[in-house]
Parts: sequence; structure tokens; C-alpha cells
Amino acid sequence: MNARSLYAFSSIAAVLALGACHKKVAPAPAPAPAPAPTSAAPAPPPPPPTTAAPTNTGAAMASARDAARASLTAPIYFDLDSDALTDADRASLDAKVGILNASAGVKIRVAGHTDERGSDEYNLALGQRRAAAAKRYLTQHGVPDASIDVISYGEEHPAMDGHDETAWAKNRRAEFEITAGADALKPAAQ
Amino acid sequence: MIALTRSDLLRARTPRLCCALAMALCLASLTSRAQDTTHAVRIGLTYQPGTKPGVIVLAVRGAWGDSIQGIIARDLDYGDRVEVIGLPGTPAASSLEEIGPGVSYPMWKSLNAAAAVQATVTSSGVHIAVHDVTGRKIVQVTDFPLPPTGGSAEWRLAVHGVSDEVEQWITGTRGVAQTRMLFVRGGRVYVVDSDGFGERLVSEAGLSLSPAWAPDGHTISYSVLGSRGWSIVTKDVAGGPGHTLPSTTTGLNTTPAFSPNGLTLAYSHGDEAGTDLMLVDLAGGGARRITVGHGSDNTSPEFSPDGRRIAFTSGRAGHPEVYIMDVDGSNVELLTPFNFGDQNYRSNPDWAPDAQHIAFESQIGGMFQLMVISLRDHSVKQLTSEGVNEDPAWAPDARHLVFTSSRTGVKQLFILDSESGRARQLTHAGGARLAAWSHSLGHGR
Repeated sequence: MNARSLYAFSSIAAVLALGACHKKVAPAPAPAPAPAPTSAAPAPPPPPPTTAAPTNTGAAMASARDAARASLTAPIYFDLDSDALTDADRASLDAKVGILNASAGVKIRVAGHTDERGSDEYNLALGQRRAAAAKRYLTQHGVPDASIDVISYGEEHPAMDGHDETAWAKNRRAEFEITAGADALKPAAQ
Repeated sequence: MIALTRSDLLRARTPRLCCALAMALCLASLTSRAQDTTHAVRIGLTYQPGTKPGVIVLAVRGAWGDSIQGIIARDLDYGDRVEVIGLPGTPAASSLEEIGPGVSYPMWKSLNAAAAVQATVTSSGVHIAVHDVTGRKIVQVTDFPLPPTGGSAEWRLAVHGVSDEVEQWITGTRGVAQTRMLFVRGGRVYVVDSDGFGERLVSEAGLSLSPAWAPDGHTISYSVLGSRGWSIVTKDVAGGPGHTLPSTTTGLNTTPAFSPNGLTLAYSHGDEAGTDLMLVDLAGGGARRITVGHGSDNTSPEFSPDGRRIAFTSGRAGHPEVYIMDVDGSNVELLTPFNFGDQNYRSNPDWAPDAQHIAFESQIGGMFQLMVISLRDHSVKQLTSEGVNEDPAWAPDARHLVFTSSRTGVKQLFILDSESGRARQLTHAGGARLAAWSHSLGHGR
């Protein structure tokens, strides 16, 4: 459970960091973010002066695109044998909604995964359900159905090897892959 | 001392015999069938009631003689219905070596043998004589043709057929040595003989899972991950290209199962609205949905031996349990009762060929163990306890099961005698799971 909440925190931290860059994206209630060791954004993000500048340099645009890409492809995590979205999942998905709705032509594939426990065969269906739950949230928030594809890998592609709760929590996830239009990626509209 | 129990056998095996007769009528070649019925004879042997009859497999002279002796002795041992005396590598083996292949009833008697199997290599195959040790005479003689390529896969399969026939003479029940298993290793489908020999890659590129045998013994099916999702492929286990089932080109298509007549395939189809079981005629036509999961998951179908019912895993009650239903989707009943709030679950049913039992896997403290439930009184028997044990699949004898076990630290296939509890390891390299046990591969194939 520790690891799972850590990842939840770190994904919230990433969202908050992004929000700081591009005004408010996620109005999610913000618990004080725990130290986020793997977060792509530095923990105390000072607003980069370049984004505020009237003329964006190419480097700044690339950096904004990288941030959008990181946010769009950040995985979400699930409880055991569940496809229910947690608060952290919703916050992460809200950030993705903003990016996808600002980035016409971008298509993504949501891949559902499970931990190694449970039946190999049933886990394929569980992974499918997790990917579908993530897609359903995105389409309910305005992302076109046709721009999201789902697939399940069940327990076949763990993110982390190991046979303990740390590994299991990291493996019960949905991943987001950009399958088309990566060049059209834009930060969420302000 | 010959006790013919043919009438008993016929009574006990009437359904299978009817099946065999119906199949024979459909087949052009009836020659091997006619022989089979003469083989359905059980020799009477004298041995301690409640024990397994002791059987000696004598040394075999001639080309491939050692292999023939070794295969038959091991097959009879693996069959768990007789006590093989003098298995290669045991103390009794050396005393048998001393007397050679000659006949020695007093010697065999002193080793507690009820029968001795004497094989002689012939120009076309092998001649088998079975001795009744107490009666001091030969009670069964048969010539078996063998492929000329000694040691080849087909030759080994034919020798396994000899073992199964000998087991039938001695015990009244045909052995299951002349069978093969499909399984998954490293995301590919392999086939292996029942004694662990002859492992061979079967599937093509792509992560492949859940292999299944058709009753013809050469058509197989499994699910393959492609760029757009999981599809169901059928192909010949001997080789040639795979054919993607047209109704399975989008979404999640997994866990194929052939109907007992081989004409229909059941499988699991998932999309964004849930995962349901489908039926499709292999001759062509659209797939029809037979479960209404309302967003829940329904997977791992297995037909009853008469083809009229299907056992499957469903998450409709909140977490996975095993259910059975009519093949049209009606009369669904929960087979594995559970306590509300229990995080453990039950899945992966396999219907025994005797029609009376279903094996499945059940989590105990989060770890799967094999269980078997009787369909007569719903009594449940736990079959395993060491490590994680899952994916049960019955042998044609409805007594042995192949399954996946982590007991050695890596997932490997094991074979369990559900009556004695004896288990043996089938695969040793690289991890293996999701096994399927073929029907008997004999009879003129």
C-alpha cells in the first residue's frame, strides 16, 4: 500500500507541477505532496519565465510539449481485482483530458495491466476492464471516442519484477501510449 | 487363469463405445477400429486386493530394445495403476538383468510380480506377450506395428500406444501415455509428449496464450496478441500456417475451447463493455454471444463431455467464480459458493471426461490450489498444497491432471494422480504454464 500511495502522490505532484506551469488544470484537492523521487518535474516548481514571456522560443515549446507528453503518458494505478478509478487516477485523467482536447489529431492507446496474482486468463479480461474504465472517463469528459484505442496485456508485461506488494501495486495499472499525432501535442488550454 | 471381463467393460464404457461406433460410421477406414474391440479384454491376474498389481517389463533385445523397455516401464509407472517392478535404476532392475529376458516365473513371483510384459522386436514392429505369473502362462499376445524410424516422434507415440494397450489388458482401463500436452513457454505455444519427451515449438510470432486441442488430435487453437489486440488462431499442430478466426480480429479474444464434436469453438470476447463468451461454427458463420455479463468478465469456457453444457469463470458476482450453464447460455448456476467479502476467488474450470467432476483453481490466502468438485453431490476435494498450483487440465482417463505449479520456484508443468496424490514434473526448462491435455492420439492416426 505504501508504494501505491507513493505513486498516487507522485502522479498528483506531477499534475500540480504541470498546473503551476500552465495555470490551473486539475482542481483536485491537493494533499501536501510527499517527496516525489521519480517525478519528472522538480518538487518546488518555480514558474518558468519562458512560458510567461510573450514570444515562445522553440526550446520553450519543446519543453511544454515534453511536459504534456509526460502528463499524457503517466500511468494510473488500481486496487486489487478492481477497475475503479481512484482520486489520483481521476486527477491524472483530468490532466490528460485537457491535453487531448487541446491537441487535435493526437491518438492514444490505453493498455490495461494486472499484477501476477489471479488467473492468467482472467487477468486479460481484468486488464481490458481497467483500460476501458480509463477510456470511458476520458470520453465522458469530451475526448473523441475514435482517438482512444484500448488493449489488455493482463499480467504478461509487468512494469516491475518481484513477488511482493511493492511490485504488485506498480503492476496494477493502465498505461497511455501516443499512437498518432505526437507532433500536434499541446499543453492543456488555459 | 484368464478372466474375461469384457461384458463388464462394455457396460462401463457404453457411452464411449457408442461414440466410437458413431465415429467409425463416419470414417472410411474401419480397420483399426475392428481391432480395438478385441483389445477391450481384461486379463485376470492374481494379486493382493487393495494393492496395485506388480508388473515386470522384461529387457528387450534387438534394435531400440532398451528404449522400448524403458518407455513401456515408465508409461506403466506414470499410469499409477500398476506397481512397476525393476524400473531401470532400481535394485530389482539388476536382478532382472541377471536372468535376462528369459522366462522365470519363480523369480518374478519372488519379486511380487503379478504379470510380466515380454516385448520382442519384429521386422514390422514389436510382439508383446503378457505372462500371468501366478498361473505360469502367457495370457495375451499381440503384434504391434511400429514406424520404421526407431526413436522418432511417431515411433515413440506408437510405443506409448503399446503401453496404453498393455495397461488396459492388466487393469481394464486404457492408459494415457499416447497423448501430448500443449503449453506456453516464454509467450509461445509448445507441444510435448506425455512423458516429457519431444518438446517442440508450435506457434508463430506473437505472444500466444491458452492453447486448446480439438478432439481430432491435430487441430489446435490459441490466442495471439497482434498490433490491434488479441485474436484466436487455429492451426495444425504438425505445422503449416495459422488461420485467424474472422470474428476475432478486434478487441480481446482469448481462451478458445473446442466442442467435443470439434465443430464449434467457444471463446471469450472482450470490448469496452465487458468480456463475454461467444460460440462460433468453425465451418463458417458469425459468432453468437452466450453470456450477458453487463460489463463483468466471462472467460475460460470448457465444454461438458456431451457438449451440452459449458463451465466458465465469471466475475458477475463481484469477483471471479466458476459457473456452469447450458450451451445456449441458459440455466446458469454458480458452481463454487463463496462467502461475501472473501477476496479469494475461484476460476479456470476443466470438465473431466467422466462428466462427473470439474477441476478448478481456488485461492487460499491468495495462492491458487487445485480443487475438484463432484457434480453429483458438490463435494469439494483439495488436490494440492505446495506452492501455487493452477490451470488444471484433465487427462482422457479422468484421473490424471496436468497443471502449472510454482513449487520448484519457477512455474513448471506437473502431472497429478488425483487418486493417490502422486505428482511428477513434466517440464524442466524455462518455465511453462497453461497446459492442455490431448485426447488419445492412437487409432490409426
